[in-house]
Amino acid sequence: MGENVLQAKGICKSFHDPVRIMVLKDVTFSISKGEFVSVIGKSGCGKSTLLYILSTMDTDYKGELFIDQENMLGRSEKQLARIRNEKIGFVFQFHYLLNEFTVLENVMLPGLKLARWPEAEVKLRALEKLRMLDIQALSGKMANQLSGGEKQRVAIARALINDPIIIMCDEPTGNLDKANGLTVFNIFKLLAQEQHQTLLVVTHDQEFAKNTHRIIEMDDGRIVRQ
Amino acid sequence: MKSHLIIRIAKSLLLARWRQTLVAAVGVTFSIAMFITLLGFMNGLNKLLDGLIINRIAHVRLFKEIKPNAHQPINSSDRFKHSYNFIRTVKSESSRQAIYNSGAVLRALKKDDRVSGVAPRITAQVFFNDGVVDITGVINGIDVEAESHLFHFNEYVTAGKPIDLKHVSSSIILGKGLAAKLLANIGDVVQVTTAQQERFSLKVVGYFQSGLQEVDKTQSFASLATTQKILARPSDYITDIQVKLNDLSLAPGVAREYAKLFDTETEDIQTANAQFETGSFIRSLISYSVGITLLIVAGFGIYNILNMMIYEKMDSIAILKATGFSGFDVNRIFIAIALSIGFFGGIVGLLFGFLLSSIIDQIPFNTAALPTIKTYPIDYNPVFYLIATTFSLVTTYLAGWAPARKASKIDPVVIIRGK
Repeated sequence: MGENVLQAKGICKSFHDPVRIMVLKDVTFSISKGEFVSVIGKSGCGKSTLLYILSTMDTDYKGELFIDQENMLGRSEKQLARIRNEKIGFVFQFHYLLNEFTVLENVMLPGLKLARWPEAEVKLRALEKLRMLDIQALSGKMANQLSGGEKQRVAIARALINDPIIIMCDEPTGNLDKANGLTVFNIFKLLAQEQHQTLLVVTHDQEFAKNTHRIIEMDDGRIVRQ
Repeated sequence: MKSHLIIRIAKSLLLARWRQTLVAAVGVTFSIAMFITLLGFMNGLNKLLDGLIINRIAHVRLFKEIKPNAHQPINSSDRFKHSYNFIRTVKSESSRQAIYNSGAVLRALKKDDRVSGVAPRITAQVFFNDGVVDITGVINGIDVEAESHLFHFNEYVTAGKPIDLKHVSSSIILGKGLAAKLLANIGDVVQVTTAQQERFSLKVVGYFQSGLQEVDKTQSFASLATTQKILARPSDYITDIQVKLNDLSLAPGVAREYAKLFDTETEDIQTANAQFETGSFIRSLISYSVGITLLIVAGFGIYNILNMMIYEKMDSIAILKATGFSGFDVNRIFIAIALSIGFFGGIVGLLFGFLLSSIIDQIPFNTAALPTIKTYPIDYNPVFYLIATTFSLVTTYLAGWAPARKASKIDPVVIIRGK
């Protein structure tokens, strides 16, 4: 396969509240460009914790993390924010759109923050992403007027706006009904197949995981199968 | 770098909760409006009260005082040069009360760059005769034009024309209280007797009302020539020279200099009227402290509302951070929110403050003590507006600082996991 997009070397994480609990124990794996990977495991096995470490939002861990072959160790909060902005797209379980903005603005915001393109172009790109996900008709609506499935698709469009090298998803279908869940899955599949988008999806939906390229199974803070 | 994006996000957050924003902004508006009104009104009153006294007092006064001579003969003796001499029952000199060489002194003063104007004066103690009753009083011989120009004499003449003093010979303007005692109307003739037992008839051409009753009961004004005639003195007889300076703060130095130069007694306004300055200072201090207290209270209002907003917007802050906004960006968003509340609330506050001041300025305020004042006094000093603007921005910035810091420190993982 192609180059390493994301690499984790011996990542350990423990919570100290109230007693020391090891949540992640020596997690090592890597993801190549274009892979569609799912992380599965029981509730509390540490898969979400791992995702937040990989996303650079959680910096309290031991071990090394490489994104786009760059070590994330010892970087400032501002640098990490920049990396999240430029290289990582997020889709969460609970959509997390900004209710004060329209759908289009929600999608545009990370692009405007990155400022790689002028605003007019960011807008064009945002509309294009919305069209690709078949929700261009919603672009003028406020975020809180959408249904759950629509919100999740807007969140995917937002994750795509800066052409990230990897999209990370935390239970993207966990809060959706079967039909919407299927739609979202099909979008991911399409992205992986047609645009060779690298995807890392944390899920407990076995059905969903089965259809991805690769499954990483976790149990009690360790990778048991990959 | 991306300030317009920060401002755009701040604006959206503000408008999404416009009711809350309005409450915060109204707090600022109210306090700024009250600050402006309070200071304008207080300073208006201050100026009025100061004007009542200080406008009518010379910055430097040159005069001759009856007092014992400081150069006693024994001090000139070589024998007693190194001893301390006690001299008992020293009597005041019977020297003249007039300023020596007054014409030359006046010319010298008028040439001085620091002097904005001079007004000579003569004070004459007289008795006003009303039938069998003699009323003690003072006639001030004045140069009407100079007095009006420098000390607003014309503003205190409530009836008659001040300039008639100059145009009508042997004319007098009586204090209102004195006129009432003498039952003298304008056009009447009053009798005066000088200390030298000379009698004169003077025609009343106006009334004078200073606002100080004691003054109005004893004082009257006549022209310099008339007063010199009453006192049987030559035309260079002047007992007082009132000097107004361009810069009031120079008065003590100038007074000392003139005392030496012209060999007269001098008195500066600071020494003579220290209490008025203290009074105005305290009044200003009180109004500033009340105004600033109002602004600080408004600041706490903004602080509360921003804090509430941050709790409500936890999710939004988390998502902004997850999608690449740094803590610093989030901080700036909330500072921008605080400052725009301060700015727009402040602008409207300035407007309301001005309106309220104008309304107070229209309220009738008639008092016998202040004949020239018809409405409540307001000072529209632009400095107040400047202070209010600066202060509204500073307080809102400070009020926003802590909440913004808190927002910037929010850990997105905690929020996102918390669901």
